[in-house]
Parts: sequence; structure tokens; C-alpha cells
Amino acid sequence: MLKAQITVTLKQSILDPQGSAVEKSLRSMGYPIEAVRIGKFMEVRLAEDNVAKANEIVQEICHKLLSNPVIETYHYTLEQEHQKEVEA
Amino acid sequence: MRIGIIRFPGSNCEVDVYHALRVLGEEPELLWHQDPLARSYDLLVLPGGFSYGDYLRCGAIARFSRAMEDVIRFAGQGGWVLGICNGFQMLTECGLLPGALLRNASLHFRCAPQYLRVERTDLPFTTLYDPGELIQIPVNHGEGNYVIDAAGLRELEANSQIVFRYATADGKVSAAGNPNGSIANIAGIVNQQGNVLGMMPHPERVVEKIIGGIDGAPLFVSLVKAWERSVRHGS
Repeated sequence: MLKAQITVTLKQSILDPQGSAVEKSLRSMGYPIEAVRIGKFMEVRLAEDNVAKANEIVQEICHKLLSNPVIETYHYTLEQEHQKEVEA
Repeated sequence: MRIGIIRFPGSNCEVDVYHALRVLGEEPELLWHQDPLARSYDLLVLPGGFSYGDYLRCGAIARFSRAMEDVIRFAGQGGWVLGICNGFQMLTECGLLPGALLRNASLHFRCAPQYLRVERTDLPFTTLYDPGELIQIPVNHGEGNYVIDAAGLRELEANSQIVFRYATADGKVSAAGNPNGSIANIAGIVNQQGNVLGMMPHPERVVEKIIGGIDGAPLFVSLVKAWERSVRHGS
């Protein structure tokens, strides 16, 4: 089984008020913080074993639903997920 | 006039729209999002609320519902579509309107009366307003911060697609009158063809004096009058 780990973030050109609020908070706590951007993390397990096909599917769903290309960008990794052995 | 109001799981303003239209003498129908449109309509309304719990992004999941296929087709044929609040978010998500709606810049949910300046009065939605008129219509949202890139904004301005702008009580379109950080104080826009309007404020909540105002009524009555003119013209 293939598993995609997808990160969706606001484009750099889009102001991220949540990120700014957290950034200010971390600075006021005394941490040396340059910038914070907040995004979304999604884990998608695919019912597809072919890597090329899985890549196609992930890109399509990211474009169609999981991100809004007007304001967001996405990146992902794809890896084999091995079924854990059931302990006896 | 045949008016359909599409109800999604999580809609919560569809009955307000239904009530407002009945107050104004119309007999709208409430439609379910999973059903294809069973007949033809003169106006389709996408009401406010929190369709699908606003999961992922506001309006993102509703945009793929069965009824939305028909809304997109209907809009493409020149049919009038009005998206209010969550309905506006659906219209940007499905690409019928440009730009997107982000979290309010203040990070606060805004529920309050809001002044708007009417920028277009030649649309079927707005003929009964005066150019530049200052009206008061409530906003009720956490994600109404309209964004579009510089080229997109130039296009909106060049085509006069901005219909309503947030303003102060004395009619100034300024940061002081902007409840959510929207670029250029945009509260509502129309597509280039002029038949699809999206707006964050809720006109359906101000059609009766007894509940605080009537500044939303001209929007719905404008549509009814425009429809009557089109029927007379057609016959």
C-alpha cells in the first residue's frame, strides 16, 4: 500500500494571520523566531500500488480538492506502507 | 419567478433567505444539494452557513455536490446565481468567481451590522440601489477576507466587477470600515457576464423593519423586477 503525506500551505504572497499571531507569541516567549507559517498536513493511504499512477492521483486530488491553487501550494512524499505484523 | 435555494449539510441561512423572499411576495423552493435540478429556475441562491462543517476550506467540499454541477451549468447559460457568505465561498471555490476568502485578518469572527457602498447599480441584482448609496447589511463570518492577486484585482476594477465595498458610517471606503481585511474593501463581486454575484454580507437578514432594517430588500426586489422585465420583453 502507498501512503502520501501531503502538506498544504498558503502561498508566500498570501498573508497568514494565524502564523503571524503564533510568531508574535513565540517571540514574546523569548524564542529567536524569524517567521511562522501555518498549514495543513494530510495523510492519504491509496488503494493503488503503482507508484506512477499514485503520483498522478495525488497531484490530481491536491489540485482539485485538497488545496486551492489560488491561495495555496502543496508538496508531498509518497512511500510504501508495510502492514505491521500482528503480534501473537 | 422560480427561485431555488440550495441547502447543504451545514447550511444555516437557507430558511432566512426563504423567509425574506416570501416576505417580498415570492414563493421560493428549498432544494437538496444531492438532487439534480428537477426543473428550470430563474434564480438560484447558495445560502450562508457552514457547509460540511467548513472542513478543509469553506465551501470546498460543497462545491463538488450534485446540485453544484447544475449551478455551474446554469450560470454558464446566463442564469442568475446569488451566493451569500458560505455561498460566496462556494462560488470562488468552483471558479465561477475569481479570488478566494481567507481567515479574517483580525482572526476574530465578525457578527455585526456593516456599512457597504454600492458600486454597481446596472446589474439585475442592484438596479433599485442608487450609485454610491450607503447601505447597512450585517456580516457574520470568520473567513471573509477576500484575496486576489494584483493582476486579478486590476481586472476586477477594469471590468467594474466590484459590487459592494465595506465602508464606514460616513461612507468612506477605508481600513476603518473594513471588518475582515479584504483587499480593496471588497464585500461582493460579480462575474464578467454580470449574472453571478457573491457577497459576504447577509441581505436576507434585513428585509423587515421589525428585525432591524430593510437595506437588503432592494437586492431581491431588483431581481424580481429584472425578471418581470425579461418576461415582458420575451413575450
